[in-house]
Amino acid sequence: MIRTEEMLLNVGPQHPSTHGVFRLVVKIDGEIITEATPVIGYLHRGTEKLAENLQYTQIIPYTDRMDYLSAMTNNYVICHAVETMMGIQVPERADFLRVMAMELGRIASHLVAWGTYILDLGATSPFIYAFRDREMIINMLNELSGARLTFNYMRVGGVKWDAPEGWVDGVREFVPYLREQLKGYHNLVSGNEIFLDRVKGVGVYSKEDAINYSLSGPNLRSTGVKWDLRKDEPYSIYDRFDFNIVTRDEGDCLARYHVRLEEIEESLKILEQACEQFPAEGEIMAKVPKIIKAPKGEAFVRIESPRGEIGCYISSDGKKEPYRLKFRRPSFYNLQILPKLLVGENIANLIAILGAVDIVLGEVDG
Amino acid sequence: MIEDLLQSSPGLMNFGIFFLLAVVLLLVVLGFVTYAILAERKVLGYMQARHGPNQLGGKWGLLQTVADVLKLLIKEDVIPKAADRPLFIIAPIIAFTPAFMVLATIPFTDKFQFADIGVGLLYYIAVSGMTVFGMVLGGWASNNKYALLGGMRAGAQMISYEIPLVMSVLGVILLTGSLNLTDIVLQQEHGWFILYQPIAFIVFFIASIAELNRTPFDLPESENELVAGYFVEYSGFRWAFFMLTEYVYMFAMSSLITVIFLGGWLPPLDILGFIPGAVWFAIKFCIVVFVYMWLRATLPRFRIDRLMEFAWKVLFPVALANIFLTALIKTLFF
Repeated sequence: MIRTEEMLLNVGPQHPSTHGVFRLVVKIDGEIITEATPVIGYLHRGTEKLAENLQYTQIIPYTDRMDYLSAMTNNYVICHAVETMMGIQVPERADFLRVMAMELGRIASHLVAWGTYILDLGATSPFIYAFRDREMIINMLNELSGARLTFNYMRVGGVKWDAPEGWVDGVREFVPYLREQLKGYHNLVSGNEIFLDRVKGVGVYSKEDAINYSLSGPNLRSTGVKWDLRKDEPYSIYDRFDFNIVTRDEGDCLARYHVRLEEIEESLKILEQACEQFPAEGEIMAKVPKIIKAPKGEAFVRIESPRGEIGCYISSDGKKEPYRLKFRRPSFYNLQILPKLLVGENIANLIAILGAVDIVLGEVDG
Repeated sequence: MIEDLLQSSPGLMNFGIFFLLAVVLLLVVLGFVTYAILAERKVLGYMQARHGPNQLGGKWGLLQTVADVLKLLIKEDVIPKAADRPLFIIAPIIAFTPAFMVLATIPFTDKFQFADIGVGLLYYIAVSGMTVFGMVLGGWASNNKYALLGGMRAGAQMISYEIPLVMSVLGVILLTGSLNLTDIVLQQEHGWFILYQPIAFIVFFIASIAELNRTPFDLPESENELVAGYFVEYSGFRWAFFMLTEYVYMFAMSSLITVIFLGGWLPPLDILGFIPGAVWFAIKFCIVVFVYMWLRATLPRFRIDRLMEFAWKVLFPVALANIFLTALIKTLFF
């Protein structure tokens, strides 16, 4: 008899496909995984604890560093929470700027997710195409906020800077451009037999599992649950736009891939309408006191980030710093189903499944 | 000229000539490897909306690879403590020697060939099969789990794909009745075998990509899963040896495809016969190399279990059917 034994394999924290410093200890029998234990915390910075000693405006730059692929949504969630507590009405123009910035961020984030996912599966070119188009978005957001990644753009009561001249036109021109590019992306990847072989029927979970594990975003919608906070609990001015919630029923990696790509198209729809309705003039900041003090009490708001529901809980005792701040970080929750999914799969599927979850380690570790 | 030399009795004189010619070929191959790497980076660059190397050595980065090799040469030679030292050292050499050995039988033109042996094709396939030892040994000797997985994958893949590779060529051998590569080229005067044996060509081409460990069959080194596969622990010039093996095989395999299916040095039309055979060979060869690069820029990677299924359930039966069909047609119509 040949003696075989299980082998302990450390995937990460330095590994090309863990999208950061994520570590996964897997027990493998040959190439088949019998047990998987995620180890997180390599990027933990204690944002929530730090926030307890910071004024509300000072917390915003820290949120940029959580989900660094779509910092705008993080900016928004903290501002939205404080505004909810203080009952501030945001001016219309600021709302438009916020929504456009967030949707651009969503597209950029999904492009990165798409590109890196295909890169994980071994094809190099789509990654660079995705980054080329993302670069255009980054440049637009740079014009808006003066930063390429950590925008620090939104403030309690509005946004920091008004859109420069011609910015809205730039966005308007970008929409048809990206639509054209998306067709090319579908031609290049979506029908590729090897790609379909890698993702179809891989990493399947049911609707019930998804809800029980508290998944959200594309990871939830890929199982057929029609749940998108932009529609179901409209915040900001999302109720003014006509767009669809993208869902798929299969619940596999391919479904998640398609949900993301189609969400880009829905975001383009929102951007198109926002460009049409964009108010020609108006304030970008509401009247807010110089030192922001949230009234005594607590509030929880949640919005739809590219990765899922990002929530912000603030407990205030009336000072200019929060008493306790807590973020519901979607990547962290989406990751929880991983050990269940990985058992019985091989190493190649591990990468396919992990990539389809689309985690950002800054967000997982907080 | 070479034919006379091959026939003549061994002596110091013709040993000297052979040695000189071999050095020339070695330089040609190394020159090819240097510029194939640059070309690959350039082609990938332009396909991926970027420029590729363009700084070192003038406008097109002509010295980029030279600088890379220089850097690898002066790099510290690291051998992991837990590695099996002798095996670790010898593995790259085992992988790399056959890559040069196979070049001997390839007829580059009707005059330029080193060993015109009767079973040239068989020799090529047999010798190139030895490289897999180097990869498996390298993976095993590194004492690294990723390297081990990569080495095992390399072993499984290379052995599986050798079979459709050989089987597909059998169709051509049935038509020519010879394993001699020069004979195979000369029989293509009235039409290349890519026209007479299209199925064999497709099977051979796919299997050749797998043999070369290139995308979409680059599983042994699959960067995104196994970090770098069997050579994850190698650095410096030992690593360069593995890389060299890969590119020399690309050179050899492209030459072989040119010889077997694309008519070697023969011109596509008789009127174009005034252009020397070496030029035709080079053109066809470059097209094959370009297709390899093109595929690399386009396709994602196979999954290991699907890879095996594809070899045994698709390529192998198709190659067998091709042999049957060829034999049938040959018996009935010729």
